[in-house]
Amino acid sequence: MRLQFILVEVLQGLRRNATMVISVILVTFVSLTFVGAAALLQAQVTKLKGDWYDLVEVSVFLCPEGSTEPTCAEGEATEEQIATIERAIDTELGDVVATTYFESKAEAFEAFEARYPDGYQGTQLTEDDMQASYRLQLADPEQYQVVDEVLSGRDGVEVIEDQRAAFEPLFLALNRASLVAVGLAAVMLLAAALLITTTIRLSAVSRRRETGIMRLVGASNLFVQLPFMLEGAIAALVGAVLAVGGLWLAVQYLVVDWLAQSVDWVNYVTTADVLAIAPLLLGVAVALAVVSSVVTLHRYTRV
Amino acid sequence: MIRFENVSKVYARGARPALDEVSVDVERGEFVFLVGASGSGKSTFLRLVLREERPTGGRVYVAGRDLTRLSGWKVPSLRRGIGMVFQDFRLLPNKNVYENVAFALQVIGRPRHTISTTVPEVLEWVGLDGKEKRRPHELSGGEQQRVAIARAFVNRPQILLADEPTGNLDPTTSLGIMRLLDRINSTGTTVVMATHDDEIVNEMRRRVVELSTGSVVRDEADAQYGRREDILPLVGPAPVLDAPGRGVPRRGATPRIVVQPEPGDVAAEEAAEAAVEQGAFEHDGSQKAPPEDGTGEPDTSELPSRRSRRAMSGAGTGHEEA
Repeated sequence: MRLQFILVEVLQGLRRNATMVISVILVTFVSLTFVGAAALLQAQVTKLKGDWYDLVEVSVFLCPEGSTEPTCAEGEATEEQIATIERAIDTELGDVVATTYFESKAEAFEAFEARYPDGYQGTQLTEDDMQASYRLQLADPEQYQVVDEVLSGRDGVEVIEDQRAAFEPLFLALNRASLVAVGLAAVMLLAAALLITTTIRLSAVSRRRETGIMRLVGASNLFVQLPFMLEGAIAALVGAVLAVGGLWLAVQYLVVDWLAQSVDWVNYVTTADVLAIAPLLLGVAVALAVVSSVVTLHRYTRV
Repeated sequence: MIRFENVSKVYARGARPALDEVSVDVERGEFVFLVGASGSGKSTFLRLVLREERPTGGRVYVAGRDLTRLSGWKVPSLRRGIGMVFQDFRLLPNKNVYENVAFALQVIGRPRHTISTTVPEVLEWVGLDGKEKRRPHELSGGEQQRVAIARAFVNRPQILLADEPTGNLDPTTSLGIMRLLDRINSTGTTVVMATHDDEIVNEMRRRVVELSTGSVVRDEADAQYGRREDILPLVGPAPVLDAPGRGVPRRGATPRIVVQPEPGDVAAEEAAEAAVEQGAFEHDGSQKAPPEDGTGEPDTSELPSRRSRRAMSGAGTGHEEA
């Protein structure tokens, strides 16, 4: 009985304020799409880190002939220096390094030839142009700094390279993009909150007679205010559902069907990720509606 | 039932108080007229009883509750025990008669079967049987006020407040409304009515509390309205501008404004009388009337005397005839 009565009230209210309700829906839709886009970008970054950081290595290049580094003053790294480095890796970096692989000049040349069979930019290189190195796979790729501290400056080590550095520009771009999305989302969410406030106020004013009678005959505060709250919440929820739907379509057609087909070596976000962030978006919508309506109703329909 | 102890109400800081140290005690089952000029504090009195306002000084007790200490969330339960009727009816224009009355029960969460039995009963009782589907704008003023009274009374309140309920109605129609309020009073409901209608007050002969600029200047049982020019000094005796015949001695040659009641109003009153004869609504209503005022005093269900009925039934007829 009560539920049915409230639902009828809500439907009437939604119909009466159709244009305002539609604007609330659209604004929440857009703002939550931005929120969702930011969340998806972060999910993509996490995914890429997970995939790529397992593949990346830290390369410890040993001194070649004629290097100008101060650690290479003695010329090409000697057997003794290599042994010292290996011992340092084993003892001091035992926890950090998962696997160690020594690539000799011969092996480096083989790899080079396999990659560039016709020579690199027209120059045919020899084995002596290659550089021996240690390839370290870290247990946690983020701990590059530790390796750097232990090994750099040792005699026989020319330079230490973190392959992760190659991805940094990409991650930086993705992170900045999600920051932009979050910033836009914040502005749009503010607009949505103000719109919901106005809608509820309009609704409350247009139903002043009803609420006046309700208060007069002793309807409880909740009973008087619930229809307004539900109105705001329904509009915001519809906006959130649209945002989820929009993101789902975008991911399905732009990422899964197109990007993943043309650039297939990257692991992309999927529609499952969209569904995973859906509760977040719905929650933001409900919180938005509840906060705006509580603030408004406190001022406009108090007993 | 309603007790004001040195109640003051000041709306704006520094302004003249709307009520100034008012002490009034209304017993259960009483019928009280509240008279006084506009701005004398009648409406403030009623608003304080409903706790739409809080007094700035003194104590207000309604149905055993101290309204000055009543917390906000208990206000709805207080108001469920009070019916309120206004001069402008305050019906919902987009709902029909039945829905308007049912609305009062729906919004306090009464079950559907209760509503579907109670509403037709009370509509029959106020004489609107068969007009359930009409919208307010299709009804005469008297009928609209009957709907408003039905809405105020459908939950069987212990107290009925009326703020100039006959202010928009012609004398005959007003009389019908007064009979209705009198019948409500005779079921044991306390009625407090603010009014300017001297004729009604004089004919009903009930307790009269007269307010003037926020103070009680008269509180008499079985009283008259008093001299109109004393209560409404700014209006005075103005037979042309005033309602016909009010407070002026009859002079046969004086041209009179003839006010014919709408046929619907007369019919409604006849229907209500008939319904009461058959004992509609009143019968099971008196069983339902709950003594939930919290005072613990026993509900004596004593009906007030109907001394005014005879006086009223013949009254007023003289005014329609020129």
